[in-house]
Amino acid sequence: MSTNRVRVVVTGLGATTPLGGDVASTWSALLDGRSGMRPITDDWVDTVPVRFAGVAAVDPSEVLPRPEARRLDRAEQFALIAARQAWQDAGAPEVDGERLGVVVGSGIGGIGTILSAYDLYREKGWNRLSPFTVPMLMPNGSAGWISIELGAKAGAHSTVSACATGAESIGYGVDMIRSGRADIVVAGGTEAAIHGLNVASFAAARTMSTRNDEPERASRPFDKGRDGFVLGEGAGIVVLESEEHARARGARIYAEAAGVGYSSDAYHITGPEPEGRGGREAMLRALKDAGLAPADVAHVNAHATSTPVGDEIEARAIKEALGSHAIVTATKSMTGHLLGGAGGIESIFTILALHERIVPAIANLDDPADGIEIDLVRGEPRKLDGGQLAAINNSFGFGGHNVAVAFTSV
Amino acid sequence: MAVTEQEILAGLGKIINEITGIPAAEVSPEKNFVDDLDIDSLSMVEIAVAAQDEFGVEIPDDQLKHLKTVKDVINFIQA
Repeated sequence: MSTNRVRVVVTGLGATTPLGGDVASTWSALLDGRSGMRPITDDWVDTVPVRFAGVAAVDPSEVLPRPEARRLDRAEQFALIAARQAWQDAGAPEVDGERLGVVVGSGIGGIGTILSAYDLYREKGWNRLSPFTVPMLMPNGSAGWISIELGAKAGAHSTVSACATGAESIGYGVDMIRSGRADIVVAGGTEAAIHGLNVASFAAARTMSTRNDEPERASRPFDKGRDGFVLGEGAGIVVLESEEHARARGARIYAEAAGVGYSSDAYHITGPEPEGRGGREAMLRALKDAGLAPADVAHVNAHATSTPVGDEIEARAIKEALGSHAIVTATKSMTGHLLGGAGGIESIFTILALHERIVPAIANLDDPADGIEIDLVRGEPRKLDGGQLAAINNSFGFGGHNVAVAFTSV
Repeated sequence: MAVTEQEILAGLGKIINEITGIPAAEVSPEKNFVDDLDIDSLSMVEIAVAAQDEFGVEIPDDQLKHLKTVKDVINFIQA
């Protein structure tokens, strides 16, 4: 590991998820093994084969004042709520705006706005559209709004890599600080895609669970009975900071964001490459970037979405990259899959596992699939040892994007 | 029967509160949208569209830019 490179630490966490309106309630629900899935009540539900989802536990309209909420797509509402929490959690640091950056993306963008605005335009004409329609539908809208809120002038960016978006955003944020462009970066992902068209489209790709009679049992990563992913919504955003800046202001440090690894499958637009090369290389590159050895990694928060194909390939990739000693969880079993938000909330869960020294169990893992040779957490949460530990969050996306973020305890 | 100035003012107060969060009671005829109420041009578009739905009077863009105060809008709707 280079000794003169800028070290990046995590000083703030914010989230709103199907399990809770903030980080504390979400984390406590994960440790209790609760499910965030519930029946969908929208009028389109009878037109699709999936009738449940991980709907946000706290509706953003309960949090944001109405004049603000009406200018924001639901994905932007989640992002702004999570960013405010993360910023407060970091102690609302005093920082020169020219040294403060934002990297927040979404897998799909303001799809709810696109669809409702299209209906309105067709029914009533162009001049009935909100003048905020464009900033609501653009996938970089969240980054823009957060930069305005915080006065962040070092740059506001949005990475877009489907379900790897949140992790890639954190990676880009780490790079902004390492390269000297910023002292603090607010980074993560958001998504609000529980709509008939999205459910229908994912169902058309045969990727979703249709366990309609048991929504809470539907997301079951690594289990033999898994039949697809469950759509969730929400946002997870962290405050990244140079260690020097964080130490100088006496900030609480959750973990070091020690390294990021990227790869692409170059294989199939939705399916993972069967040997697991992409995930394996992303993890190995994250280790190299962080100056870590496989033996240092005590815990992995797997991407594991509960699709029949993906989970076993990831298990193989983890085994090949790290060996069999790391304690592996799959929190989508409780949150569902937040798409662009997944890498944000799951990085937070990885950081908290290191900080609190405990790993949530995988829900619904009754009968692990054959041939899995990694240590899956079943039944009860598992404690992590003391001392210096590393943990990895995996996030993979349609398009063949693979991102692994390595965090270390401090 | 034409709506009264008081009815229009009450309607505008409700619309402006909904869009900007400014209390309806602060929306009085002499208030300037930009200088007194700090309402930006995109919010003015939203207010004009909502007023159109509420009062059935279209406010074209080239007229909207001349409507500086709450009273200007009331007069436009009454005319």
